[in-house]
Amino acid sequence: MRCLAVAASLLLLAAPAVAVEPDETLADPALEARAREIARGLRCVQCQNQSIDESSAPLARDLRRLVRERLAAGDSDAEVVAEVRARYGDFVLLKPPFDGRTLLLWVGPFAVLVVAGGLLVRRLGRMRPDLDEEPDGAGQER
Amino acid sequence: MGRLPFVLPLLGLAALLVALGLGMTRDPKRLPSPLVGRPVPEFALAPLLDGGAPLVASALAGDGEPKLLNLFASWCTSCRLEHPMLMRIAAEGVALYGLDWKDAPEDGRAYLAARGNPFRAVGSDPDGRAGLALGVTGTPETFVIDGRGIIRHRHVGPITAEAWEGTLRPMLARLGAGAAG
Repeated sequence: MRCLAVAASLLLLAAPAVAVEPDETLADPALEARAREIARGLRCVQCQNQSIDESSAPLARDLRRLVRERLAAGDSDAEVVAEVRARYGDFVLLKPPFDGRTLLLWVGPFAVLVVAGGLLVRRLGRMRPDLDEEPDGAGQER
Repeated sequence: MGRLPFVLPLLGLAALLVALGLGMTRDPKRLPSPLVGRPVPEFALAPLLDGGAPLVASALAGDGEPKLLNLFASWCTSCRLEHPMLMRIAAEGVALYGLDWKDAPEDGRAYLAARGNPFRAVGSDPDGRAGLALGVTGTPETFVIDGRGIIRHRHVGPITAEAWEGTLRPMLARLGAGAAG
């Protein structure tokens, strides 16, 4: 009896890491693969830091169903994503789009790197004369 | 001039901390709805109540009267808290419509029978499709729809007395005055 209980718990532990349930999947493997790919890029708005592919929230399940219905109806991947985005906004995209409002997000780190690197290079280039110019007091602090 | 390069990163850090600090004060659950400024999406729901009116998106549009569309469910505890407020809003003469989201119709009927029905029409959305069309993230959620059927505002969570008096009622009054004028 105890063995059985342990075996049962082990089986539970071995559940797949995705939330897609067997009755949700599409018969066509190519369509199903596209559905999984789309679902991995869409945020579950109920749990926010999971994709709808990973989340077992009821709303994520509804969205997975919507994605599969649209694919089965012949929509392209982009059309399906656009449909969900029209209802839930950019927030639903786990990878934010590159546009005017997200320019800082995408370019910011590189801009900081370039500016900081530029300042550093300039400073290093002037290191020796700078040290000579500094008053004695400031030099002793180092 | 010699000290400026030291000050600049500090200023940058301060600006970053202020920006991040302000970000901490925002509630990540409150998402802007991309539907604000757009017409009510298409849906047609069977009436929840026997003999009641169905909830059709086109019926929410275009008669000049601003409306509220409230999404609720019998399993939603915040909705229970919100319900007395909905009754009060309806008693003030506001055109209030209900959408019973992801709920068994009989549960929704029992819920309204026990608490009163503040809605002019209630649609039953057992599989949540109309909710998805509205970009719903959970119940309760309330949409402010103007007289031309354009969504003007989305309120997430229960309507508190403050939210009603401070935001929603003034907004409805403004929209109503705009339609009349």
